Amino acid sequence: MTRYSAFAVAREAFRNHQGWTRAWASPEPKRRYDAIIIGAGGHGLATAYYLGKNHGIRNVAILEKGWLGGGNTGRNTTIIRSNYLQDPSAAIYEKARSLYEELSQDLNYNVMFSPRGVMMLAQTEHEIRGYKRTAHANALQGVDTEFIGPERVKKLCPIIEIRGPRYPVLGALWQPRGGTARHDAVAWGYARKCSEMGMDVIQKCEVTGIRTEGGKVVGVTTSRGDIDCDKLGIVVAGHSGHVADMAGFRLPIESVALQALVSEPIKPCMDVVVMANTVHGYMSQSDKGEMVIGGGADGYNNYTQRGSFHHIEETVRALVETFPMISRLKMLRMWGGIVDMTGDRSPIISKTPVEGVFINCGWGTGGFKAIPGSGWATAEMIAKGEPGPLAEAFGLERFREGRFIDESVAAGVAH
Amino acid sequence: MLILTCPYCGVACDETELAPGGEAHLKRFGPGSTDEEFEGYLFQRENPRGVHFERWRHAYGCGKWFHAARDTVTMEVFGTYSAQVTEPPEEIRAKISAKHPGWSWREFS
Repeated sequence: MTRYSAFAVAREAFRNHQGWTRAWASPEPKRRYDAIIIGAGGHGLATAYYLGKNHGIRNVAILEKGWLGGGNTGRNTTIIRSNYLQDPSAAIYEKARSLYEELSQDLNYNVMFSPRGVMMLAQTEHEIRGYKRTAHANALQGVDTEFIGPERVKKLCPIIEIRGPRYPVLGALWQPRGGTARHDAVAWGYARKCSEMGMDVIQKCEVTGIRTEGGKVVGVTTSRGDIDCDKLGIVVAGHSGHVADMAGFRLPIESVALQALVSEPIKPCMDVVVMANTVHGYMSQSDKGEMVIGGGADGYNNYTQRGSFHHIEETVRALVETFPMISRLKMLRMWGGIVDMTGDRSPIISKTPVEGVFINCGWGTGGFKAIPGSGWATAEMIAKGEPGPLAEAFGLERFREGRFIDESVAAGVAH
Repeated sequence: MLILTCPYCGVACDETELAPGGEAHLKRFGPGSTDEEFEGYLFQRENPRGVHFERWRHAYGCGKWFHAARDTVTMEVFGTYSAQVTEPPEEIRAKISAKHPGWSWREFS
């Protein structure tokens, strides 16, 4: 495998770029692995990567029914932040954010992490109070955020209309270390490293059944034959309920479509990420110049990866009020992803009723930002058989015991 | 766009006129139930990939609750029916069976 570097680029320039090798192998599945991860999206690949890197478990296969990173990893708005209210959430999202800072070096793959700063606008008195509370909580958690006034908002992002007619900007929760990253590159970078460690990333291999003996997992049935394993990680986001059903347990999860859209590319006009949660829209500008806009989630279960048109209309209408200059932008394309929503809007990283089966799901509308931290915590759980400090609060039993990690209101994010 | 016909006023409404109300035919557990039953009632959901039964409210119309039978993958609507029942009516189940022989949803099939 070619190591990527400035030297490699220069070397290849002198030989017509003939020396580049494939980034990852496409092997046939073996009969047996120590661990199988279902789902080669960001979370699944990160789990496999940290299994190998932190715990030395390298006889691993990552099975993907479609293509690598083709689900929600390739369908999000690439925002990375960790300004959550509850301690367990702040811990895992901050772990993820800090891993993102060095991910390009760690993976030898440019994930284009851009810590440009994330601003969550306060447009009502309640939001001001809520965000001040979050800023205080973050100070205790060691997460670098502050509450800033409207003048500072205008200075950081001049295209905002702070004296809007309905919802003037009254301040914002500002996380200067938040930002964006190239979503595909995150999946590709992890896949390349997994392949380099000798793991098998197997695409177009759909898991159709989970085989158990005496309450313990022994393997999976796939569209490419039976594969045995000692441990199984289910990391399939919106399809978690469907796969859990194969293993014979149920999840407190509902799958809905969440959508996003991008505009035509324009000149640089905005170098921060802005989230406006009262009017429900968030926006950033990609390196290509497109305005990347996140919309709302459907209110009913579906697996269509499309979403409803009226959510686009609502989102754009709301954003035009806060960003009047986008009113004449043409929208280029929209898409949807199937997100897995839990009752308290916090993820599940947990053991399951089946021995040897572990699950990582429930990231809902905010999974991309968590990828490295989620993989780190899930790998630790799979390797040791018990959740570690990052994951222990996110167990499935919290719903029965009433120990919710309530972020549905606390985070103030667009759910 | 999802279009459901309100069984009370007969209007074919698009989804902007409706408020989704989640999974249908939940059995309610309250004080005196076990932790598992209460958890099941509050959080465990069918979340099927395929045939699904839901509650909806004709929010910008007659304001009444009703039930809908729908496919969560194809978005096909099998029919809507009154909220005053505890299980899907035979006629709707027959319609689903015609399209999806062997379907099942919780204890219904």
